Amino acid sequence: MSSSSQAPESWISAFCSLVGHEYFAEVSEDFIEDDFNLTGLQSQVPMYKEALEMILDVEPEDATDEEEEEEEEEEEDEDEMHDGQDGVRTGYRRSAEAAAAAAERSHLRMASDLSMIESSAEMLYGLIHQRFITSRPGIQQMAEKYELGHFGHCPRVFCHGAKVLPVGCSDIPGTETVKLFCPSCLDVYSPPNSRFQTVDGAFFGTTFGCLFFMTFPELDVGGTKASPEPNLSATLPNNTKDPRSSLSSSLTSQQQNPPPVPSSSKTPIPPPPTPQPSSINGVAPKNLAPGLGLGNIYEPRIYGFRVAEVAKTGPRMKWLRQRPTDVNELDECTIFDETQALMRTTDAGEGAGFPDSEMIDENAEVQGNVGEDQDMDASEQQVDAATGETIAQMRDVARRKSNRRRPANGLVNGESHGGTAVRVGDGG
Amino acid sequence: MDDYASDTDSDYTSYWRDWFISSRGNEYFCEIDEDYLTDRFNLTGLNTEVHYYQYALDLVTDVFDMEVDDNMREQIENSARQLYGLVHARYIVTTRGLAKMMEKYKQGVFGKCPRVICESQHLLPMGQHDIAKSSNVKLYCARCEDIYNPKSSRHNTIDGAFFGTSFHNILFQVYPTLLPKKTQRRYEPRIYGFRVHASAALMRWQEERREEMKDRLRIQNMETGFEDEDEGDDDIESEEDEEDEGRDGIDDMFEGRMQPVQ
Repeated sequence: MSSSSQAPESWISAFCSLVGHEYFAEVSEDFIEDDFNLTGLQSQVPMYKEALEMILDVEPEDATDEEEEEEEEEEEDEDEMHDGQDGVRTGYRRSAEAAAAAAERSHLRMASDLSMIESSAEMLYGLIHQRFITSRPGIQQMAEKYELGHFGHCPRVFCHGAKVLPVGCSDIPGTETVKLFCPSCLDVYSPPNSRFQTVDGAFFGTTFGCLFFMTFPELDVGGTKASPEPNLSATLPNNTKDPRSSLSSSLTSQQQNPPPVPSSSKTPIPPPPTPQPSSINGVAPKNLAPGLGLGNIYEPRIYGFRVAEVAKTGPRMKWLRQRPTDVNELDECTIFDETQALMRTTDAGEGAGFPDSEMIDENAEVQGNVGEDQDMDASEQQVDAATGETIAQMRDVARRKSNRRRPANGLVNGESHGGTAVRVGDGG
Repeated sequence: MDDYASDTDSDYTSYWRDWFISSRGNEYFCEIDEDYLTDRFNLTGLNTEVHYYQYALDLVTDVFDMEVDDNMREQIENSARQLYGLVHARYIVTTRGLAKMMEKYKQGVFGKCPRVICESQHLLPMGQHDIAKSSNVKLYCARCEDIYNPKSSRHNTIDGAFFGTSFHNILFQVYPTLLPKKTQRRYEPRIYGFRVHASAALMRWQEERREEMKDRLRIQNMETGFEDEDEGDDDIESEEDEEDEGRDGIDDMFEGRMQPVQ
């Protein structure tokens, strides 16, 4: 227990230095004292007042002699604040103050209370923390911790040790423990150490992760250092990283593989056909998931031969780690405009060139595309459209779609780059 | 690694392999059969890769009984580990080796996938190279088909070539029933409940790639292997289901649990 006069350390810094609390920033007292920042928390946290006092170290827990004066001052405040609702507790403190004989008795009750208040205080601190780290001073503090690598690194090999941020998958306390968000692969991971499994994810919140990288757009999110590979990697010549520069950042020769195999991933990636914008969808292309895309996708191989996609055990999850070589493909607005323009000039089915839609029927497509959430509309439409269709028609769509796309669509086995793909096992 | 000194000093000639696989940091290895080790065919080519090959082999097979000084012993000890590892890479793709590794996989000896969406899928050890001393061991998740660094530093010093690039794929070829269902759920970065445009656009693009892949598979009449997706004739219908459920899955992570912003 801490008391303002005895402990040199405040409750907040004590809390943040506990084992497992390494991710927490120290919320400034100014922030907590501003009632506006606490709006609505009163209903979420039991024993809110006491918890708040504990966090701010304003309530001395032990009624010792030298603290009496102090406490009396506070008592007045408290009387106002509690205003009857906590009369019982105030009563305890009074008795502790008044009679030394009663001190022991009240001490016992205080002790049982104290653990409750303590847990309330932790919850309250966590919820304040969730808000604090989205504020300017808070996010600054987290940035310092991020720079120092306090939150660890992405466990994924192809992220090359990108630094991660603690996030929650829910804003409601008690639902999920804290997770780590990797900006390099846009995925979330469990902290490697089990001591973080007691930390509530809501204490960081769902917003913080992304807001952080939007606040500091100049941060280089891609990992530059080799993933922790002691000794072994030092002898490896092809383990050296390219300096990460714009689009070629995804070109790392790290991936695999035994020399006898002609490796498609080691051939230099052709520069994108169109000039790359300095910003795509509000993010610099080099900071848009630099851990994904060509060269950063694991490719299963057996004795050097790639496992075919059509094999039963073939790769199915490459999409999760794909990223267009030409980031202009992500500029949905421009693509949409172009498509619209194209459709106005040509009224035939050639206009069915919208990437997000998979329909044959142009009418349906137009409707589908107008929707704000093209993706969802399109897929719904797709199902409708596809219901009556034969496989031949679907193949037709697929062929047209693939013709339209640039060649560097990721390594689809045997489709591009002329690598050897072998069909293994009981596929088909 | 260090405690072998005490063990081996007294008793090093017996059960070297027992000691090796039970020592700390070597949890990923399985025990190689004596028969396999003594069959010279299985060791083809290793004599050029391992120093003191013969001594090392003797040590591994518990027949080493020469008196050598400590320095020499340490070198042989290292060679023995190297040899064991390289034979291990060959052994674990044999029927018996696969069976042993499958047991370990089922028990989760190799750890669990750190990716949240993979829900603690068990991992398999693998190497990115088959050449010794190229890179350390990685862990392969069959659910997200990605590779991760072991979280414990004691495993980070193991050579990836001791497991090889093929083993984990062969395991699923041999035991296809172990293959987990893939999931289409994923993490979506959000700010105050709103999806972030840059990542959302990328994810839409990725999902488009996924649908293309599914189309290709359907043309081949292959199962797509995703959960919530039935196989066979009701392909199209199931796609609808999975499309819906996929979305629900995504939203589960956030929606309905969002804290109302005051």
